[in-house]
Amino acid sequence: MTFSSGRFLAILMKEFIQMRRDRMTFAMMIAIPIMQLMLFGFAINSDPRHLPTLVEVHDSGPFTRAFLAAMESSTYFDITGTVSNGRETDRVLKAGDASFVVTIPEHFERDIIRGDRPALLVDADSSDPATSGAAASALSVLAANTIASLATGPLAYLATGPDAFSVIAHKRYNPAGKTSYNIVPGLLAVIISMTMVMITAIAIVRESERGTMETLLSTPARAPEVMLGKITPYVLIGYVQTCVFFVLAFWVFSVPFVGPVFPFLVGLNIFILVNLALGFLFSTVAKNQMQAMQMSFFYMLPSILLSGFMFPFAAMPGWAQAIGAAIPSTHFMRIIRKIMLKGAGFSDIIPDMRALLIIMAIVTVLAMLRYKRTLD
Amino acid sequence: MNAPVIDVKGLVKKFGDKTVVDKFDIVVPKGAIYGFLGPNGSGKTTTIRMMCGLLTPDEGDGTCLGYDILRESDHIKEHVGYMTQKFSLYADLTIRENLDFMGRMYRITDRRRRVDEALENLGLADRSHQLSGELSGGWKQRLALAACLLHDPALLLLDEPTAGVDPKARRDFWDEIRRLADAGVTVLVSTHYMDEAIQCDNIAYIAYGEKLIDGPAKAIPEMVGLETWRVEGPDLAKLSAELDGKPGIDQVARFGSALHISGTDGDALQKAAKPFMADTRYQWTKQPAGLEEVFIHLMAGSTDNFSGQKAG
Repeated sequence: MTFSSGRFLAILMKEFIQMRRDRMTFAMMIAIPIMQLMLFGFAINSDPRHLPTLVEVHDSGPFTRAFLAAMESSTYFDITGTVSNGRETDRVLKAGDASFVVTIPEHFERDIIRGDRPALLVDADSSDPATSGAAASALSVLAANTIASLATGPLAYLATGPDAFSVIAHKRYNPAGKTSYNIVPGLLAVIISMTMVMITAIAIVRESERGTMETLLSTPARAPEVMLGKITPYVLIGYVQTCVFFVLAFWVFSVPFVGPVFPFLVGLNIFILVNLALGFLFSTVAKNQMQAMQMSFFYMLPSILLSGFMFPFAAMPGWAQAIGAAIPSTHFMRIIRKIMLKGAGFSDIIPDMRALLIIMAIVTVLAMLRYKRTLD
Repeated sequence: MNAPVIDVKGLVKKFGDKTVVDKFDIVVPKGAIYGFLGPNGSGKTTTIRMMCGLLTPDEGDGTCLGYDILRESDHIKEHVGYMTQKFSLYADLTIRENLDFMGRMYRITDRRRRVDEALENLGLADRSHQLSGELSGGWKQRLALAACLLHDPALLLLDEPTAGVDPKARRDFWDEIRRLADAGVTVLVSTHYMDEAIQCDNIAYIAYGEKLIDGPAKAIPEMVGLETWRVEGPDLAKLSAELDGKPGIDQVARFGSALHISGTDGDALQKAAKPFMADTRYQWTKQPAGLEEVFIHLMAGSTDNFSGQKAG
């Protein structure tokens, strides 16, 4: 029997009509990316300012004062007090009383003038890299500015030579922590998988629950016609979500898009299809809409926690990495981060693409095997 | 004689370890209205679903419209109109959108005209943009029938089509069924209503997954061999209570202002009734058993019948 494009189009159009009538779900599909971006984007990734900072001062000359003033005026740091020794530093950072401890060494000013290039030590709480990352990277800029502002008169030579002093950032608890633009690109993976999986699963289970599946099955419609007809509208929804995402990512969060667009689009389409296939697979298992919803949420948990979205993938234990590797979001998250932030091209994302395609093949085969054209 | 539209043998369907349909045979001739009767849960719906390819039988085989029910269900679906027990068109689509959708599913030619015609015949042309979920039960059922007739099916499978529909709508519905049958469409319909059963040409009575009786509607009472006495007079409730359970009296049923007393053994029935016949206030008349008595009898006895057959 041949594939009937007429029937496929009929199912597709019906889906659109139903989507339009179901205002609530439609609104959710548009509201979810906006809401998630606002919540996650601001809550997790906002460029945090006014972080509590303590200083351990062993020298108090104009350089020290100028540097501390520059730190405060950068608004990244709020200097809230002093500590007297390294042990106290350990304690306040561990307890979360301060995000930073700046140690100004003895004879700081004297060593600068001598050209000994002394080092400032900054201990940072990097357990949440998003919190400390931007502030820590601002420090070296502050150091340079401080020198520039004081390098006048007899000290003018300081401005021309190598940096008069250096800043050693000591990232504690999570030395490999690197982020800043990590969360926003990752959110596209979360948004798409959340809506695609859930909405597809529900849309299909709804047919069985309302009894309309019986009518659909009693017509001569073939499995691929039903599957494609039901899935295609949601691919388009995925595009709309991606557009909403980019509008917010550019205008609200100013995340750059460094890499080429085409490999991204290929990855995006594969990722959308994997999630739709997964939703379809869920729908063949769930008996009612509530179960479909529950399964989708059950899937969301690991795909947020183990995909590298919230925690660095490399820092997870082996078993968690194994689960994470089976989740499509993990791979798409890498693709979009590499392309958006690091300017990666096709050759850099081959392993992730391959993983997505393998997952898609497995899920599609399972879904087709489980989809029954009878009511058995 | 034309080849039968449905000819199946030994159909068995099990859900888990429960046998829902057991060794079911039926031959439905072309143009017949074939009634499926039986109590709730007797396997009527399952049987109908097996015939149109919605369920795969565990055992048995046969043909429907000349196609093999196991292997050629795609062909069968093209020519069958199936109306489900529960309204199963899209409640969130309008009347026209639903008809249009079904028309596309069957790839009918000249769809727009056919849908317009169907709306006209339904008398819903001016309400075609109403959501079908908002229709009343009777209208939903008429819409469902119209939807499954769009592709001119050769066989109509109707699963309790008139459940919850008012008597006027039911009468109109059956007029339509009769018209279709006269035009050569074969109709297999399951029902609970006796007045509908009487309209069928043939009747198959199913209970607990087994077909207990199958034949032309007129011949059914004779096949069951039921004798009936009609009693008229005062205080029938008291008489009914006294007669009920007497040996030879299988069933006492009230029909309007009379009691119908029936039994399969005519002599035993008469013997049991004799003492009451002496009472001059009552008029006793012997009459041929009607379908209704027969079905009440079958329904009441079906459990015993079933277990009796199992034991034997």
